Amino acid sequence: MTDRIHIPEISRRGVLAGFGAGLLLTAIPIPVRADQPLVDAAIKDLFGDVPRSDGNITVTLPPLAQTGNNVPIKVVVDSPMDGPQRPKRAVIIATLNPRALVGEMIWGPGAAKAEFSTNMRLSGTQDVLTIAELADGTLWQVQNRIMVTVGACDTLSIRY
Amino acid sequence: MKLLAPLAVIVVAFGAATVLGQGNPLPPVSGYDFLTPENQALQDDDFANPGMLWVETGATLWAEPNAAGQSCASCHADGSMQGVDARYPEWDDKLGRVINLEQRINDERQTRLGLEPLEYESEALLGLTAYIGNQSKGLPVDVKIDGAAAASFERGREFFYARRGQLDLSCASCHEQHVGDHLRAEVISQGQTNGFPIYRVLWQTMGSTHRMFAWCNEAVRAEPYPLGSQEYVDLELFERWRSLGLKVETPALRR
Amino acid sequence: MPNTRIKVPKSAKAGDVVQVRAIIQHPMENGFRVDSQGTTIPVEIITDFVCSYDGQEVFRVKLAPGISANPYFEFFLTATKTGPVDFRWQDQDGTETTATAPLEVT
Repeated sequence: MTDRIHIPEISRRGVLAGFGAGLLLTAIPIPVRADQPLVDAAIKDLFGDVPRSDGNITVTLPPLAQTGNNVPIKVVVDSPMDGPQRPKRAVIIATLNPRALVGEMIWGPGAAKAEFSTNMRLSGTQDVLTIAELADGTLWQVQNRIMVTVGACDTLSIRY
Repeated sequence: MKLLAPLAVIVVAFGAATVLGQGNPLPPVSGYDFLTPENQALQDDDFANPGMLWVETGATLWAEPNAAGQSCASCHADGSMQGVDARYPEWDDKLGRVINLEQRINDERQTRLGLEPLEYESEALLGLTAYIGNQSKGLPVDVKIDGAAAASFERGREFFYARRGQLDLSCASCHEQHVGDHLRAEVISQGQTNGFPIYRVLWQTMGSTHRMFAWCNEAVRAEPYPLGSQEYVDLELFERWRSLGLKVETPALRR
Repeated sequence: MPNTRIKVPKSAKAGDVVQVRAIIQHPMENGFRVDSQGTTIPVEIITDFVCSYDGQEVFRVKLAPGISANPYFEFFLTATKTGPVDFRWQDQDGTETTATAPLEVT
């Protein structure tokens, strides 16, 4: 596991603002980052108070993303596709993005296996939380740490 | 004193020959090699590479007829642009200057099809340059810097080595002197142009060489030149010369 | 209609697990980007994606602005019988984009 150095938000913003986009960034408010209460609210909205546990869910994310704009993510839920433990849907939550919920993916009756890949945006180094819901309401979750060199939100006000 | 004049000539000639004849001070390394494995895989994936969406746009525009029913495809069959992008920028006798691919496309569209020129960074021009560039994918970069193009090349070389902007940096300051070093958390590449137009993840869209130059100029707090200006075309020629030895990768994915 | 690319194999045997890929050209404006005049560009995203085959939904996504520009999805369906694999994307204002590819099942 990599140890991460906690960089206080102001100075990290200053560091990132200095590179390239700096002139305009200092004049425009950076989007508020999601934090624990917002993440909790997003999860409660989707799943209520159902307890979440570790399960057969594997998420593949690169350890380092050069740019947060396009980060490939692959979610695999290993559970039989028939019966009460059939994966129904999965949600991706980026715990420090301005909006915690990234997407909700639902496997329909025609799905062969509970697996998908997509690309997401990440505002910076953070934990990505993926929660899968099975047919009987069980929730499995997994948390992945990913380092992001230039966050998606830091590219918002460049002229060229 | 009398001996010094011919000596000076020899020194100058040797210097010029060293620069023009010896080639790139750096063995060329493509921007591809500075990508993470995931981004490399994405560039190599012909389906998922977002740049291919623009190649498709270009293919559609290629066959789109004008009011008289003529299109690029009327003279140039599908797939006939192989090797074209690898030669650009190149000297154009009619226009009397070195032009790049975007300018060639616009000139052809105007003179042969009577169509309005396309703006830089428009979906249409990016699509057409991506489509044409893609047909040179895998071919070696092949620009000529001799003869009529020499003056343009020299100006481009001066631009590359000239310091500019509030940060007082030249292209060479990073892309020659600090290749492989870190600029904050990013690794500095050689700034090659063998993959343009690129899908730049930072921009989340396709971009041309000139947009890249403008971005870089802004990054050192220098006022960028207009996209399509001769300064940038000259620089583009010099940059493509630096890429000699690399293969065209259009549409490349860059961070 | 935005450019779309879909990839479905031409044929498969009944019962096979078939990989499906789809990408659509769309900026997915996240509502935080600022133009050269300093004005915030409003949110403009695709909100729904669904793939159906043989009268059933295979995969559905509710997209948020956190999905990257030019949204790409890869997923799997079970080949049952010959027929079209249908794809539908819907913008936040309801505009639909569709695509389809035939799958031959032996």
